[in-house]
Amino acid sequence: MRPTTRRVLAAAAGLALLAASTACADDAKQAAENVPGVTDGEVVIGTHQPLTGPAAPGYSKISAATKAYFEHVNSKGGVHGRKIVYKVMDDGYNPANTENVVRKLVLDDKVFALLGGLGTPTHTNVLEFVKTQKVPDLFVSSGSRNWNQPDKYPTTFGWQPDYTVEGKILASWVKREFPGAKVCHFGQNDDFGRDSLAGVEKILGPVAAKQTYTTTNQQVGPAIGALRAAGCQVVISASIPGFTALAMGQAAGQGFKAQWVVSNVGADYTTLSAQLGDKKVILEGMVADNYLPMVGDTTNPWIQEFTKIHQKYNAGNPVDGNAIYGYSMAYTFVQALLAAGPEPTREKLVAAVRKGGFRGPGLTPFRYAENVHAGYSGVRLSRVTGGAQTYFGPTYTTDDGDAPVTEFTEPPTTPPADAVPTA
Amino acid sequence: MTTTRTEPVPPSALRRLLPGAPAGGGPRSATLLRHLAVAVLAGTLVVLLTNQLPPYQNLQVARVCAFLCVTAGYTVLVGLNGQLSLGHGALMATGAYTVALVQQGLDDRAVRGWWILPGSLLAAVAVTALGGLVVGLAAARLRGPYLAGVTLAVATLVPAVTTIFTGVFNGEQGLRFPAQNPPAALGAYFQPERWLAWIALAAALLTIVLLANLVRSRFGRSLRAVRDDEVAARLAGIPVARTQVLAFVVSAACAGLGGGVYAVLTATVAPGKFPLDLSLFLLMAIVIGGLGSLAGAVWGALLLVALQDLPGLLTDRLDLPAALAQRLEGNLALAVFGLILIVVMLAAPGGLQAGVRALATRLRATVRRAPDR
Repeated sequence: MRPTTRRVLAAAAGLALLAASTACADDAKQAAENVPGVTDGEVVIGTHQPLTGPAAPGYSKISAATKAYFEHVNSKGGVHGRKIVYKVMDDGYNPANTENVVRKLVLDDKVFALLGGLGTPTHTNVLEFVKTQKVPDLFVSSGSRNWNQPDKYPTTFGWQPDYTVEGKILASWVKREFPGAKVCHFGQNDDFGRDSLAGVEKILGPVAAKQTYTTTNQQVGPAIGALRAAGCQVVISASIPGFTALAMGQAAGQGFKAQWVVSNVGADYTTLSAQLGDKKVILEGMVADNYLPMVGDTTNPWIQEFTKIHQKYNAGNPVDGNAIYGYSMAYTFVQALLAAGPEPTREKLVAAVRKGGFRGPGLTPFRYAENVHAGYSGVRLSRVTGGAQTYFGPTYTTDDGDAPVTEFTEPPTTPPADAVPTA
Repeated sequence: MTTTRTEPVPPSALRRLLPGAPAGGGPRSATLLRHLAVAVLAGTLVVLLTNQLPPYQNLQVARVCAFLCVTAGYTVLVGLNGQLSLGHGALMATGAYTVALVQQGLDDRAVRGWWILPGSLLAAVAVTALGGLVVGLAAARLRGPYLAGVTLAVATLVPAVTTIFTGVFNGEQGLRFPAQNPPAALGAYFQPERWLAWIALAAALLTIVLLANLVRSRFGRSLRAVRDDEVAARLAGIPVARTQVLAFVVSAACAGLGGGVYAVLTATVAPGKFPLDLSLFLLMAIVIGGLGSLAGAVWGALLLVALQDLPGLLTDRLDLPAALAQRLEGNLALAVFGLILIVVMLAAPGGLQAGVRALATRLRATVRRAPDR
């Protein structure tokens, strides 16, 4: 052996011993440390949002509203004296980016909780990580049933009605209004589309034709052509706004006339008409569903309160369904944080949501319970007429299983002063 | 053995890291031993580092190590064998999907055991090597831009394949498999990210040691001979086509290992992780690091990870208007990468590693000139 080699080997062996002896003692200490993200003056929470990319139209405005609502609450003294800091990270609706930014939020920025992480394909891939870190993962902005698995993912909670609940209610309406018609399904090529289809088929049985799209490929022509060739009279669509616009635009271009029935997440009229520009007339007659106060309804007290906040903190963006969504979800979070008490911990926050009992802007109650992590229990149908999206018919509730679709008759709630929940 | 003669690209960059190792002579085992010693030394240093780092930084160390597997194999192919592939992102994806499918399949059958991780990584290496063989066979018939074109096509195939075969690859959403948790023996509070960093480190060290030995062997000399002059190499009795195909297979195997480890870090795989840009970034990384140099591959891997976080860091610190920050998030990494490429090519045409080496030589000369050390 050469002297140099020997010297290097000796050094390596020495270092190896040193490495072995430097036990990782600070790990246990760090684990016992204070609650991450909570100080006397602040609660830091984070989210991943599609500020760019295929899902940005519409959705990029949600986090702006959520942030505006927290500014409003902070200006009224915050929650238990703490101001809410909302860290928004762009993931471009790309599941690979989501993994990065969520790890950054949890490991590096040390957020107390995640709130409203947006998207089915994006958020599904961080569930395991969220579980091992035991971070409260509240109100995922997606209706996938993945969030409602308390045994597997004890800290993850949905918020909006899940796509199966939605699919069942939409399909029930179609069954009643279009008996014997050829009903087809157009959906995103992931759990979003699949959950919706599951709900639709629970009511209607197998659909006449089904087509899917991929968010990275804007060519929906062949899929729409196939639906047209199948002679579809009704198309139930589980699509994000950009792809609802593409699909309906493509259908109009091909001269394919059908009744479009669109999932709430892809049906905000303001977003769609901005996407379609002067072709927005094709949206006339589109049926969709919602579970929050409707934007155009200026007599609704919730809309009035939210519009006030909007004009003060978020005036650069339109008041649309995305903004109302952001405000309403932030409202529920403040309710949960209040319920977690003056000294919140991650465990207390999760327990508070499990206890449930929140009522807010939504038309129906939440389904939260000890063994249910699903959000709103139902929807009401809406239709576009004369360039305005308005509700019609009763509100319905159901679950993602075999429960029947039933009418819900309780009147909606009214907001507290300044639309800030009180304990 | 070699290296006393002047060569355009020095045979082993790792060897250069050793102070004053005399060239030539000596039994073959000395090379292996030297490389092992350097690997142990570097490994120990990194382990010491990971013991001190917080979780997110450990995850970045792990990412560097995963990328190092890829860049090391890639730089051997491009720098030492002169074959320009733009499809290494796709080869990484092959490794990543193999790991995911194997681990998912075993988990569904409730198979558990410590061997699953190395087993699945080994499968990733095997499958990707096979893929590399196929691409390599085509590549051996093509030269220059045509080769680049074919491999580029392979890189663009990834998202299409995952979408068309949604039943297997689950489209854009990708696949999930059980996360790697540290063994119980390390204690209940052991950082999971540190364990991931160690897994990735082991893979990177293995790759580097094997490659360092390979490029110093007869095969390594054949690689360079083929790169420099195919006709001369053939006259010297080197099977040109076979050497090129083998180089591709070796490089693909490394990319498969790197891709597999990359998937293990998040326990997921999705086509969005392997976009076309990744293949181009990989190429830029090894060029900036120094083509054909394993130490340069380390620079490249570091750069790949550092630039991922740079835009966020800048937009956080500078408090820019939201619209501008958003635009930067998407494009800043690309712009900075390009800028670094230009600066490095102007300042040190041989890459960062060549620059460092020149600097070290100058320093050594100054030290030697001083009367006492």
